[in-house]
Amino acid sequence: MYHFEYQRPATLDEAVALLKEDCKLLAGGQTLLPTMKQRLAQPEMLVDLGAIETLRGVCPDDDKLAIGAMTTHAEVASKADIPALACLAAGIGDPQVRNRGTIGGSVANNDPAADYPAAVLGLNAQITTNKRVIAADDFFVDLFETALEENEIIINVTFPRPQAAAYVKFDNPASRYAIVGVFVAKTGGGVRVAVTGAGPCVFRHKDLETALTSNFSAQSVDTVTVSATGLNNDLHASAEYRANLIKVLTKRAVAQIGG
Amino acid sequence: MPTVSMTVNGKPVTAEIAPNTLLVSFLRENLRLTGTHVGCDTSQCGACVIHIDGESAKACTVLALQANGAEITTIEGLAKGNNLHPMQKAFQENHGLQCGFCTTGMIMSAVDLVKKHGKPDDATIRKGLEGNICRCTGYQNIVKSVKAAAQEMEG
Amino acid sequence: MGTQTGIGASVKRKEDKRFIIGKGRYLDDISRPGQTYGYFIRSPHAHAKITSLDSTAALKAPGVVAVLTGPDMQADGIGPLICGWGITSKDGTPHKAPAHPALAIGRVRYVGHQVALVVAETLQQARDAAELVEIEYEELDHVIEVGDALAAGAPQIHDDVPGNLSFDWELGDRAKTDGAISAAHHVTRMKLRNNRLIPNAMEPRAALGDYDSGTDEITLYTTSQNPHVHRLVLSAFNAVAPEHKLRVIAPDVGGGFGSKIFIYSEETVCAWATKKLNRPIKWTAERSESFLSDAHGRDHETFAEMAFDANGKILGLKVSTKANVGCYLSTFASAVPTYLYGTLLSGQYTIPAIYCEVQAGFTNTAPVDAYRGAGRPEATYVVERMIEIGAREMGIDPAEIRKRNFIAPDAYPYETPVIMTYDSGNYALAMDKALEAIDYSGFAARKAQSQTKGKLRGIGFSAFIEACGIAPSAAVGSLGAGVGLWESAQVRFNPTGSVTVFTGSHSHGQGHETTFAQIISDQLGVPIDQVEISHGDTGKVPFGMGTYGSRSLAVGGSAIMKAIDKIVEKSKKIAAHTLEASVEDIEHSGGVFKVAGTDKQMTMAEIAFSAYVPHNYPADVEPGMDETAFYDPLNFTFPAGTHIAEVEIDPDTGTTEILDWVAVDDFGNVINPMIVEGQVHGGIAQGIGQALLENCVYDKESGQLLTGSYMDYCMPRADDLPTFRVQTINTPCKTNPLGVKGCGEAGAISAPAALMNAITNALGKEIDMPATPEKVWRAAQGL
Repeated sequence: MYHFEYQRPATLDEAVALLKEDCKLLAGGQTLLPTMKQRLAQPEMLVDLGAIETLRGVCPDDDKLAIGAMTTHAEVASKADIPALACLAAGIGDPQVRNRGTIGGSVANNDPAADYPAAVLGLNAQITTNKRVIAADDFFVDLFETALEENEIIINVTFPRPQAAAYVKFDNPASRYAIVGVFVAKTGGGVRVAVTGAGPCVFRHKDLETALTSNFSAQSVDTVTVSATGLNNDLHASAEYRANLIKVLTKRAVAQIGG
Repeated sequence: MPTVSMTVNGKPVTAEIAPNTLLVSFLRENLRLTGTHVGCDTSQCGACVIHIDGESAKACTVLALQANGAEITTIEGLAKGNNLHPMQKAFQENHGLQCGFCTTGMIMSAVDLVKKHGKPDDATIRKGLEGNICRCTGYQNIVKSVKAAAQEMEG
Repeated sequence: MGTQTGIGASVKRKEDKRFIIGKGRYLDDISRPGQTYGYFIRSPHAHAKITSLDSTAALKAPGVVAVLTGPDMQADGIGPLICGWGITSKDGTPHKAPAHPALAIGRVRYVGHQVALVVAETLQQARDAAELVEIEYEELDHVIEVGDALAAGAPQIHDDVPGNLSFDWELGDRAKTDGAISAAHHVTRMKLRNNRLIPNAMEPRAALGDYDSGTDEITLYTTSQNPHVHRLVLSAFNAVAPEHKLRVIAPDVGGGFGSKIFIYSEETVCAWATKKLNRPIKWTAERSESFLSDAHGRDHETFAEMAFDANGKILGLKVSTKANVGCYLSTFASAVPTYLYGTLLSGQYTIPAIYCEVQAGFTNTAPVDAYRGAGRPEATYVVERMIEIGAREMGIDPAEIRKRNFIAPDAYPYETPVIMTYDSGNYALAMDKALEAIDYSGFAARKAQSQTKGKLRGIGFSAFIEACGIAPSAAVGSLGAGVGLWESAQVRFNPTGSVTVFTGSHSHGQGHETTFAQIISDQLGVPIDQVEISHGDTGKVPFGMGTYGSRSLAVGGSAIMKAIDKIVEKSKKIAAHTLEASVEDIEHSGGVFKVAGTDKQMTMAEIAFSAYVPHNYPADVEPGMDETAFYDPLNFTFPAGTHIAEVEIDPDTGTTEILDWVAVDDFGNVINPMIVEGQVHGGIAQGIGQALLENCVYDKESGQLLTGSYMDYCMPRADDLPTFRVQTINTPCKTNPLGVKGCGEAGAISAPAALMNAITNALGKEIDMPATPEKVWRAAQGL
């Protein structure tokens, strides 16, 4: 690791005041630190959010669930009362990663193969920062790119409660990231299908959503053509195979929900 | 250089360290607790697993400064004096180790696993050890060890 | 004593205590006063000329002690790395092994190639300074696949190796085999790919050189399976120091699997540089360095033809293999695709005619050498895939066709057409037990059951054989080995009756500290907690050849038996003197020396004490009780067995689930069944890894290693593997005093064929290893 300055503010305001160019926020560190160890990132300062208690915790409400940015995957897995979300969190990385990694860190990083973006987009969540509230549909911009601006810190992610939801993931056998992960949610506004791992950035599959909104069944998924165009093509899976997985996993998610 | 203070295996320690010191380096180099190993550079092998405030974590993916004020337990602190922890005993009784390199991290992960799952079945143990790679044993005797220890840890 | 801690008892391992409490002492756990840290600058290119190297800025950086390069080593007279096994090509010419300087001189030939060593007071400083070393490269065309490297017009990797061909070797009778093929009722023909693997012992390689200017002695701590071989090569060939001034210590070593046999660049450089700089230097590989520069394994492209008569009796086997040896010949690289491969192509079968030819080609990849099984997994894969496919093509049951071809239990010694003489075995017995254990007769019903769930079920066999206990020195010498493959042992009684055994067989997971102690306990009646096994330090242990090729017990254990014989012989003389009897009348059993037909006796401990306090002592016997023996094996040993895998495939995703695994192995006599079973588990796991998960991939365009970390190279984890059901049968080896055959590699040798036979049985289609979900999905979908 290169040299850097380290700060551990106790409050959000202190954290915001510290932010400057070439500075990075340290949440759980499960992606940032390995990147820095390989000297692929060289921030001049790390602002560790670990001491800011207000960023941590699961806060259930009648119609929504707010999760603090610094809440670990393990806490979400054990405390989130949206089962599909808890199940998704329980499948991220490995137990040690889940004990340290956080929802805010994962969402802000927007790794194309990360699990959380699928839930955030699939459940139509809202990302609250120190500056504003961002809708999921506007948040994930591109590969490792989000709507977050400099000096913006995620405070929490708020998930509206779905009628039903399921997340099915096909693991990369080596890294255990998603080769493809599909989050299917039945909501008041129709069915949402968010796909991670398959493209450069998490995305909603509109054709699947339309088909499932009109007929929530596995057969309905079969009527949709999932194109391989634009999907990732790498060492572990071709675009064609990923397109197949999107369909297969969507069907399995629908079956889990009871379609 | 900033100062870090933490409790390691029940003993308070304080040191001045560079911010880019990883917790695993602090344990191995500063405190000479070399039972925590480094087997990879991508946070996957689990040879460096320790407990931070009772939760298993990969010491290669935590800055020492992040552990300021924390209670750390390493493999060296697991036994109570000469009394081995049931997990340590079970690994020996069930031939749960061969070369021994992954073993310390494996034991630390397994202790946390049993703490969270009580008496886990084989599938739960196999899934729960996802963050630890062993090249020698084929895992079968590790699973057996964890199962056996779970009986002891509860009873 | 016998039953509790002797031969045949599952004694809990003596070595475990230090490992489970975190007191193992691996290389990186060792530090020396005044130690510096080394960081290797490696080539980012697959093939390039080094046009300039400027370390001016780096040398000015904080804490930097030196920047050392290949020309520096050359100027100091340090010789290149060697290949220790000479292979002769068909045309009688010796193999081509171009000079392999420990640090590159003028040219780099693979991504990860060692270019320079930066030495600094801290590792951080060394890494920082490495970024200041300015190196300019002129890129050259590169080649990754062996087939491409051997084709006309391929980029030349070494100026003195035309066509990138190291050797073109053959074994067996070509004309006879061609005759068998042309006269056959049926010929099965297949292209088979044995995928390239990266060993990945969990402890990365490391070296710590420590020069003592007072004694002019270099101590090299290193992760070695064979410290004496390291010392010999570093001294005789690299001229790092004379042998008596070089001490090599391999402390606790975290797994090897072959990858720590070889004498690599990094430890050679550290051994040289510590004296040059008069400072201790430590280098510990990061995992990414292990991926790049540990010797890789396998990587064969093979075309095979197996000829059958109408009853499925094999008439001939013809095998043509291209072996990728990487960019240089590593220490034993040439032996692996030749004498450890071609010689095993008879498998467990009576095959009248066999012919094998192997072309070894250089490529711009890391050197390839022995990895668990080394040549024998590749041979088993060819034989066991070919017979299975032949059975399918001819409509014969795969178990039945094997039985029709097995060498009969009364046919030993059995001489194969590929220069091996098997001493013992019972292949049909292992097969029958395996069939029963897996409930073969119930398979059809289970398959139908899977079908109702939309799943494809398959069963696969592997009746493997291996040649272990490597090996008689005269035999390997005649085949090109540069060393003898005997082993040493020293059994030292201390005056108070405890024993220290010094062995050349290094233990890095195999449990020698327990198994060898059991032999002493069994034979000499010493309580096992009074036996210490010492290994891994050339300063303590007599010269030994080390641990590889499943040889430790068959060869190292036999050396201990020979030393025990000497102890017993001497003890009889002392007992005879003390008990006032003649030596001929002394009977020995389990450490008790008795005058025949009387109740007069002495224990081993009493005799040992008497040997060190020789107040009443025979005049013609030396004091002391400390015997050394060297054992040279009479033959290889031939462990064999049958593994059966049963799998279920999800055709929608291509996921393969291993539902059951039965292994029935014949390892001859077994000293510690618990340890043997553990070795089998580990071997099978690596074999499953090869067949299902692991694959080393270089990008053909850029020459970069794509699978350079655990993010992309898929290691088997606990939830990838089933519970293995392991049994042994026992036909004692006839050529060593313990009757043992070796068990360390069996699983890795057998498993890939069993699993691929099961998967292709389920699919009804051929695919190559590894059977990744996508490959399986494509086959299942007919894409």
